[in-house]
Amino acid sequence: MSVSELDIKTPRQSTLAWLRSPWLFWGGLLVATWLISKFSFDIYRAFDARWIIRFPDAWQPDFETRISDFMDWLLQEAQVFGILFRDVTRGLAAVIEAPYDLVVGLLVDGVQRGQGNQAVQILPPLSWIGVIFAVTAIGHYTKSWSMAVLMAVCFSYLAVFGQWESAMMTLASVLIAVPIAAGGGLLLGVLAFRVAWVDKALRPILDLMQTVPVFAYLVPILFMFGFGPVSALVATIIYAMPPMIRVTIVALRGVPEELAELGRMVGCTPRQQMWKILVPSAKPTLMVGVNQVIMLTLNMVIIASMIGAGGLGYDVLTALRRLDIGGGVEAGLAIVVLAIALDRLSQAFSTRTVTQKAAQSKGSFLQRHRWSLLSILVIAVTGIMGLGSTWMQSYPDAAVLSTGQVWEDAIGYINVNYFDALEAMKNTLLMWFLLPLRQFFAGIPWGWGLVVTTLIGFRIGGFRLAALVFVLIGLIILTGLWGKAMTTVYLCGASVAIASIIGIPLGLLAASGATSNRVVGAFIDTLQTLPSFVYLIPVVMLFRVGDFSAMIAIVAYALAPAVRYAAHGIRSIDPQIIEAGIVSGCTRWQMMRRIKLPMIVPELLLGLNQTIMLALSMLVITALVGTRDLGQEVYIALTRANTGQGIVAGLAVAFIAITADRLLEASAKRMRKRMGLS
Amino acid sequence: MTIKRHALLECNDLWKVYGHNPEGFLKAHNGAPTSDDLHAQNMVGAVRNANVKIYEGEIFVIMGLSGSGKSTLVRCLSRLIQPTAGELIFDGQDILSKSDKQLIEIRRKRMGMVFQHFALLPHLTVLQNAAFPLEVQGMSRDAREARAREVIELVGLKGREDYYPAQLSGGQQQRVGIARSLAVEPDLWFLDEPFSALDPLIRREMQDEFIRLQGMLKKTIVFITHDFDEAIRLADRIAVMRDGEIVQIASPEELVLHPADDYVAEFTRYVPRAKVLTLGSIIRPGPVEGEVAGTLNASDRVDMVADQVERSAKDFNILDDDGAIVGHIGRREIIDVLIGREVAA
Repeated sequence: MSVSELDIKTPRQSTLAWLRSPWLFWGGLLVATWLISKFSFDIYRAFDARWIIRFPDAWQPDFETRISDFMDWLLQEAQVFGILFRDVTRGLAAVIEAPYDLVVGLLVDGVQRGQGNQAVQILPPLSWIGVIFAVTAIGHYTKSWSMAVLMAVCFSYLAVFGQWESAMMTLASVLIAVPIAAGGGLLLGVLAFRVAWVDKALRPILDLMQTVPVFAYLVPILFMFGFGPVSALVATIIYAMPPMIRVTIVALRGVPEELAELGRMVGCTPRQQMWKILVPSAKPTLMVGVNQVIMLTLNMVIIASMIGAGGLGYDVLTALRRLDIGGGVEAGLAIVVLAIALDRLSQAFSTRTVTQKAAQSKGSFLQRHRWSLLSILVIAVTGIMGLGSTWMQSYPDAAVLSTGQVWEDAIGYINVNYFDALEAMKNTLLMWFLLPLRQFFAGIPWGWGLVVTTLIGFRIGGFRLAALVFVLIGLIILTGLWGKAMTTVYLCGASVAIASIIGIPLGLLAASGATSNRVVGAFIDTLQTLPSFVYLIPVVMLFRVGDFSAMIAIVAYALAPAVRYAAHGIRSIDPQIIEAGIVSGCTRWQMMRRIKLPMIVPELLLGLNQTIMLALSMLVITALVGTRDLGQEVYIALTRANTGQGIVAGLAVAFIAITADRLLEASAKRMRKRMGLS
Repeated sequence: MTIKRHALLECNDLWKVYGHNPEGFLKAHNGAPTSDDLHAQNMVGAVRNANVKIYEGEIFVIMGLSGSGKSTLVRCLSRLIQPTAGELIFDGQDILSKSDKQLIEIRRKRMGMVFQHFALLPHLTVLQNAAFPLEVQGMSRDAREARAREVIELVGLKGREDYYPAQLSGGQQQRVGIARSLAVEPDLWFLDEPFSALDPLIRREMQDEFIRLQGMLKKTIVFITHDFDEAIRLADRIAVMRDGEIVQIASPEELVLHPADDYVAEFTRYVPRAKVLTLGSIIRPGPVEGEVAGTLNASDRVDMVADQVERSAKDFNILDDDGAIVGHIGRREIIDVLIGREVAA
């Protein structure tokens, strides 16, 4: 298309125009890279120049040791306003720990006196009946009887299937992490909204936080706060807060100008303006942020258990390490159930209509508070009676149903009966897709890699983008992690390709009708609600450890955005264009091929971008099943508590993410411009 | 204007220029850049050299099409935005030199504003919305809610105090907006296209409501609209704006009779003149020669007496406010107005 365009515009240069053709650029680059990659080893032999394929150690500034030394200094000697940094972190830990202990006491341990084995329980924790009644009442209050039933079913499931104590432990950390992350995010967002320089300073940090894998900051947190629930909470809060900051800024900017003017006309002080007008008006959007914070917190549950969180995440992690299928699936399902309950509840809360609010604010004190009063009553009664009969206090062990054996049997059955088929599928994909791709990426020498990425940056986004890409990729090379970075790119690329091949048609299907939309939508929603770790369990059981398992888990996790963006792209095509196609007599296939697909390319690129981000964040998790990429590097750093190594490898992942993000964003922008969209 | 009236709000040589370094730009052109100057430097003159006096108790309408600068002007007058240059005097005080704190005090006690899209706070009930300006001032709950109930009743929403804005129709929502702006008993009442977002029938109803309220309250009003019919209906005086400049300030009748230029004339062309013109503007000089049908007042509008004059074969004497005969009219003059024939005057 662009060849013919050039022909029309500059007829004199038409003989040279093919040189500028995109086919030549991309095709040439690919062929050259392939050749160099294939023969890089021979080239190194021929010239006897090892530096071609391996970046010499002598040229590497030792980032790892420097960062580790800095962290040591920070913890040992650094002072903030004359107070030891160590004491600051301790104080912070105490501030988080106090409310956490309280909630854990309420839900799990009860009130105790004394230490360790001599501890005597003075008051028991809230009874399971009381807790289930309370959440059911909350469900009814926020939405409807059906929501109440959902809450009752979810929490009863936790009790009946023997996950109660772990689930309450997890719930306790959610109850602490969510208010701090949401509240802190809100405050920072408000600050960024009001103070320009805070906004400017926060923006790059937020960008980076979005791309740095969680594992990278687990190490320094572990270093500063020690192994335990506090570290886990700090990591969770850091992980869940950035989206809330973003949502807050967007929400505040989205408040209609008229409301801000109203505030000034009635003489609001700046503080009244913010807290009486802007924040309440932005509440529906802010609640979306809170929902995100809750989901991210649950996402972190398993990862956080690596640095000392108890509860369901710990159960999954130990099961995974023991290859205990049943236990892993049980605890994993419990996380899912908890996630669904909290997700639906917070969503219902954010979409509460004013009619409900109006209806609920009528009547006498007793009427208005009948549910909360009743809940307190049930909690008190079951608590007192629980002192006598233990089944009221905690769900009787005898009545616990275990599904562990069922899962073991199911996996066993599949393995026995379908082993050959699964193995054949795995081997075919490995042989014809994964391994060649891996060889291709592994063979690219660092020098050529730097040249290629910079060229691509220049082609897509001009000089500035090329410079950025050059610096980021150059930094990766300087750390000596080029080989591992290429493995990362390979695994991520393969997974993203497969996720797109599956996800985009699914998205097109979802956009084609109401029923398919509901079905696909429900499927994707469920995928997104599951914490990333949960994917690993069945995959490992079926395919054992290795790149293939990692890839399947990544695909499952990263599928959602590909589907969502494709469907959204199709839906947002101007209906007049579709009608124009129909009137011109397009067949269904022509309509898809000639009209819809070209129109949604920019949207697809954005989806691809998101898919890559999710794939990269999952990569680090799949390190658990034995990949050999940057994720593994981060994971090793975590187990050795090597701060420098963890941060450097984490940043390398972030740099890859930022490079991919900027390149895709720039090309999506270019295309939208060419198509006259926005 | 025989009686010298007190100007409550007054602006002199007011400019609002958007672009790079607007202050420097204005100075460079001696405070009076031309359209070409603005264009040459990519500046936007949202309000250009506005001079307005708003007298106590009058309805002053600022009329203009979208992009004419009327919204910017009213935001300068209420100091929601800071004018680039000029003087702004409210009740004898220079508003532009006030600190934020003083400004908050003035707005809390003396100004009210009604917004085009109502600007109701979605999380508050009708009662809480109406009481909001008082809450901001720190008034006790009982006192402010009592006052809010008064204004809600005034705008005819009694019984809906506990509704939320989303449960009301557009017209009702704007009634809440009006009630809220009246809660502080403002001296100066800004209405920024208050009825533009409403359906035509509701708009008409709200205009009637507005006229009824003003009949009781006698506020000083700055009313923004892009609807010339609305302006004619409500205004004591109208300022017509175009491209940031005030083209003409006059009473509706003067606008119709003596439009300053073709632009204003274009607006007035399809106006039902009988509703705007008074008898005084179409009289023939001298008393009736011969038999007299009766007397009419010079300040009566044509449509009010059209039937009466048409039914009579004879002419009427026209009296001014002091009862002196200033001229006479007959059927011919009335019909001229009704069918839109060029009026001799």
